[in-house]
Amino acid sequence: MSSQDIPEENVPAERASDDHAGHGHGPVAVADEQNPFADPGLPPHEHRIQDIDERAAKRSERLVAMLFVLSMVATVGFIASYVAIPNDKSVYIFPLGHISALNFALGMCLGVALFSIGAGAVHWARTLMSDVEIADERHPIEASPEVKAKVLADFKDGAKESALGRRKLIRNTMFGALALFPLSGVVLLRDLGPLPGTKLRHTLWSKGKLLVNMNTNEPLRPSDVAVGSLTFVKPEGLEEHDEDFQKEIAKAALMIIRLQPEDIKDKQELEWSYQGIVAYSKICTHVGCPISLYEQQTHHALCPCHQSTFDLSDGARVIFGPAGHALPQLQIGVNAEGYLEALSDFKEPVGPAFWERG
Amino acid sequence: MKKLSARRRHPLAAVVVLLLALAATGGLYAAFAPAGKAQADETSQSLGITEGQKLYSVGCASCHGTGGQGSSDGPSLVGVGAAAVDFQVGTGRMPAQQPGAQIPRKKVIYTQAEIDQLAAYIASLGAGPAIPTKNQVSPEGADIAKGGELFRTNCAQCHNFTGKGGALTHGKYAPSLEGVDPKHIYEAMQTGPQNMPSFPDTTLTEKNKQDIIAYLDAVNGDDTESPGGLELGGLGPVSEGLFGWIFGLGTLVAVAVWVAARTAKAKKS
Repeated sequence: MSSQDIPEENVPAERASDDHAGHGHGPVAVADEQNPFADPGLPPHEHRIQDIDERAAKRSERLVAMLFVLSMVATVGFIASYVAIPNDKSVYIFPLGHISALNFALGMCLGVALFSIGAGAVHWARTLMSDVEIADERHPIEASPEVKAKVLADFKDGAKESALGRRKLIRNTMFGALALFPLSGVVLLRDLGPLPGTKLRHTLWSKGKLLVNMNTNEPLRPSDVAVGSLTFVKPEGLEEHDEDFQKEIAKAALMIIRLQPEDIKDKQELEWSYQGIVAYSKICTHVGCPISLYEQQTHHALCPCHQSTFDLSDGARVIFGPAGHALPQLQIGVNAEGYLEALSDFKEPVGPAFWERG
Repeated sequence: MKKLSARRRHPLAAVVVLLLALAATGGLYAAFAPAGKAQADETSQSLGITEGQKLYSVGCASCHGTGGQGSSDGPSLVGVGAAAVDFQVGTGRMPAQQPGAQIPRKKVIYTQAEIDQLAAYIASLGAGPAIPTKNQVSPEGADIAKGGELFRTNCAQCHNFTGKGGALTHGKYAPSLEGVDPKHIYEAMQTGPQNMPSFPDTTLTEKNKQDIIAYLDAVNGDDTESPGGLELGGLGPVSEGLFGWIFGLGTLVAVAVWVAARTAKAKKS
C-alpha cells in the first residue's frame, strides 16, 4: 500500500507544515457523521515559563548547573572522606544508630553525586530542552516495484558473473567450508565434560575410616557421644587445609546423634547404628543444603533452605517438605581400639537426586 | 463482721479462702514435718540440698514428680545436673507458666541463692554437669576466630550467624542469644535444654565453648559495633532484600511518579 491510497482526511501532518512550530500543530480534523473516527491530531502546543520568559530560563539554567556542581562537590567529598576518615571511627546518626563514619560518608557522597546528575538532567530536559510534540507518520515498508525489479535483476547478474553454476568445484568446496566451520564451536562443548562417572555415588567414607570430630579434630569414642547430643564428623585423613577439602566434605559431611536404642523405629537404622549412635548424611536430598537443625526431643532434622523435615528415629524418612528421599545413613561400628569407624561407604548416593540415580 | 459477710459473695472470696487454707497447711507442715530429718547432717552442702528439696516440692514437684522422677507433664530430672537447673531456673524458663510448643525465657522468680539450693538438690539425685565457674565462661583470652568457626559449624544453623535466633517446626524456635549471660550459654551447650541438642565436653571441649562465648560477645555483645547501621534484625539477605525492594525501589518509583505528575507548562491545566 502506498501513501496515495490513504484517504485524504487521515493525513493531517503534511498539511500542518505551514504552522510556525512546524511539527503537527494546526487545523485538525473534527469527527462528524460522515467520518466518526477522524484523527483529532495533536492538541495545540502550550509554552513553558522558560519558553516565554528569558529570566526564568536563566534561573533554570543556573539550577541545573548548581545540581551538576553539587555532584562535583560530592565526588570530591567522596575522595576526601576515603582519604581522611579512619575506617574504625564510629558515629551516632539518627535513625541509623551507631554506624561506621567512613561507610556513612562514602554512601552519602556517592548518593548525592549520582542523584544530582540525575536531577540536573531531568530538570534540564523538562524546562529548557525543546518540548514541542512531534508526530512521525508510519510509512509502508514495502519497496517500490521498480526497486524490487532492479534488486532481482542485480542478483541474477551477480550469480551469472560469479559463475557458481559453471565452476562446480568452487561451489562445492565453499559449501563444505561453510558447513564445517561451526564444528569448531561444537567441539569446544566437550569441555563441559567429562561425565562425572561414578563420582556422585561415592564419598570418602570406606570400611575402617574413623569418625573424626570436626570441633576437636580427634576420633570419636562411643562414650563421647551423649544421648541428645549432636556432633559433626569428617572422615579420617581429610584435613581442612587439603586442596580438595570442600569438594570432599560436600559429599562426606556427616552428623552423629545418639538415640535410646528403643526409640529407633526403623529396623535397618537400628542395625546400622552402634548402641543408639546413628550417622546420617548432612546433605539434604532436595537441593543439597547442609541439614543440621536437629530437635533432640522430636528427633526431627530440618533443612533451613526449604523446610524439608526428616525423622531421624525412623530411617530419616521425609515427613515434610520437598525432599524426594530419606537421608542416606552410614553404617558404623567400633574398631579394636574402641573408636567409632565406618563399616562401608554410603549404600546410596548422597545429596540431591540426579538423572541416572535410579 | 458485717463488712466481712458483705464480701463473702465476692468472686475472689473463694480464692482468698483457698490461699489462706493452703498457706496454713503449708506453714504447719513446714513447722513440724522436716524438723526431724534435718538434724542428721549439718554441713552447708547438705543444708543446701535440704533447702533445695523444700523449694523443689513447692515449685517443681507437681510436674517433675516428688523425687524428680518425672511425670507425664515434665521429664525426669535424675542426672540432668546442676547446670541444667541453673540454666532453666536462672533464665526464668522454669517454673513453666503453661505447656506449649516451647517454654520461653521470662522473668526469673528465684534468687540466685535459691537456684543454687535447687541445683544442689537436683545434683544430689544423679551425677550431671556442674555449674561452670566464672573462669570457665569468661571470654577473656579465648580465640574469637576459632569460636566463629565453631559457632558456624555447630550453632548457626538454628541460631543464625550472629546468634539472632530462628524458627523451627510447629511453633518451636531457637531463641536469640542477645544479652544472654555467658554462664547460661555455656550451660545450654552442655545440657541441651528443650529441643536443643547437647554439646557435651567430650565433643565440644571447655576451650571450644569459651571460644564460642567470646565470638558471641564480639558479634552480639552489649558494645558490639554495627558498621552498617540499620541491622534490620540481622536476619540476613531475606530481610535486607525485602527492605531494598520495598523502600529502595519504592522511593525511586515515588520520585518518578512525582516528576511525571507535575507539568512544566506555564498554564496549569
